[in-house]
Amino acid sequence: MDGWSRFTDTFFKPELIERYLPSIASGLVVTVEIALAVIVTGLTLGLLLAVVRTFRVSVLSFVIVIVVDAFRALPPLVLVLIVFFGLPNVGINVPSFAVLWIVLSFVLAAFAEEIFWAGILSVPKGQWEAARSTGLGFLGTLTHVILPQAIRLTVPPITNRALAITKNTALGTVIGVPEILNQASTGQSFAGNATPMMMGAIAYVLLFIPVVILGRWIETRFAWGRA
Amino acid sequence: MTVPPSILQIRGLHKSFGSIEILHGVDLSVKEQELIFLIGPSGSGKSTLLRCCNRLEEPSSGSIIVDGIDLMARNTDINAVRQLIGMVFQSFNLYPHMTALSNVTLALRKVLRKPRKEAEEIGHRALARVNLAEKAGAYPNELSGGQQQRVAIARALALEPKVMLFDEPTSALDPELVGEILETMRELKESGMTMLVVSHEMRFARDAADRVIFMDHGVIVEEGPPEKIFTSPTEARTRSFIEKLTR
Ligand SMILES: Nc1ncnc2c1ncn2[C@@H]1O[C@H](COP(=O)(O)OP(=O)(O)OP(=O)(O)O)[C@@H](O)[C@H]1O
Ligand SMILES: [Mg+2]
Repeated sequence: MDGWSRFTDTFFKPELIERYLPSIASGLVVTVEIALAVIVTGLTLGLLLAVVRTFRVSVLSFVIVIVVDAFRALPPLVLVLIVFFGLPNVGINVPSFAVLWIVLSFVLAAFAEEIFWAGILSVPKGQWEAARSTGLGFLGTLTHVILPQAIRLTVPPITNRALAITKNTALGTVIGVPEILNQASTGQSFAGNATPMMMGAIAYVLLFIPVVILGRWIETRFAWGRA
Repeated sequence: MTVPPSILQIRGLHKSFGSIEILHGVDLSVKEQELIFLIGPSGSGKSTLLRCCNRLEEPSSGSIIVDGIDLMARNTDINAVRQLIGMVFQSFNLYPHMTALSNVTLALRKVLRKPRKEAEEIGHRALARVNLAEKAGAYPNELSGGQQQRVAIARALALEPKVMLFDEPTSALDPELVGEILETMRELKESGMTMLVVSHEMRFARDAADRVIFMDHGVIVEEGPPEKIFTSPTEARTRSFIEKLTR
């Protein structure tokens, strides 16, 4: 057997591709579902926390900063394991899908809060003053003047965070969520061959292409003027 | 004979930042249709005074009455009063994510709750008043500095304020663009707008101002008609400031 066919036999064996295609595809669906759920709740929560900080109530801001830092500092795997194995001990049974969704949402929210907050701070003070001087209230100014500018500045880092958190869905493997990595590694051990894992990798690439395109589209969508 | 009523009346205005007092008791009464020029050295408190007039800065004590409404009263809805007080900033502060027209109509729609169509009609009229009718659809970064400042003036005008405050409206502009802003302000004056202007455009002050007020170290040092303040001020501090300006 020459090198080339040894290579294709290890990574791209046709009959294994055929056999594992359905399970990898279902893993892809699960990963997409978790990722979308996490991005929606994580970004919403992150934006909400950043908005709460604009009220500048020192106790609230302090709590937010502490919690956010904790979620940014801890490895997400540690959080997943704590929640998944800890909650049943206090009598709460949460399905593994929900554990992954909640934990990753909080992690994304923590990073997103910092990014949105930095965006809000970077909008010049004159924007607040101009809007307030026309009689617009605090919340009106925030929604119509400040946030549209702040969010536009944060599209690139938020897109990166959304990509990073999508990769973290692979942590679902350790608690039995049937996402891409789980299906691929199960396939790999059954088949004793790297083909299913290669298919998993390709599934991740397929998943990221639209996310990257979406990020670029949002960037142009939020651009204004022609300069 | 009837005395024109005061649109803006400031009495005993004090303002401190932390423990440092910046305004030490300012009294000023602006009559209807009057154009007042406020001059003085950097740091004398001109901007602070202007910003107290719509409570962008919170006065420490004193009273401010705009069109009969006490700004400092507990039950005053400051957002409602701010519509009576237009403000124009040195740095324009247009909303970069909105067209000129949307800049002008935002408060009409979100504060006065006017339907889009009506707000846009008012907005177009306000832009026409500053000779920018054809730029309604342009974004701020597609406009010259002078055009941006005129949109900012239209944004304030659209709310039909009783008094307009200008804080150095021309000092961020290239010299060749200053004229168009002064021209717009002159037209406003002719239309009967009451204006309180911080600016060092002396020639404009000479032709257009009714009164010039000289401030230094947080107090009004001297006031009078432009001719008097610019050519024969009484106070030594005024004289030395005017000398520096004209040199
Ligand atoms: N937010 C603030 N906090 C602390 N000090 C302030 C603040 N705003 C203004 N000051 C101080 O108040 C004084 C008056 O400032 P102000 O901006 O009113 O002066 P000005 O007459 O407008 O000067 P300029 O001609 O430079 O614009 C200055 O000494 C300034 O440092
Ligand atoms: Mg100033």
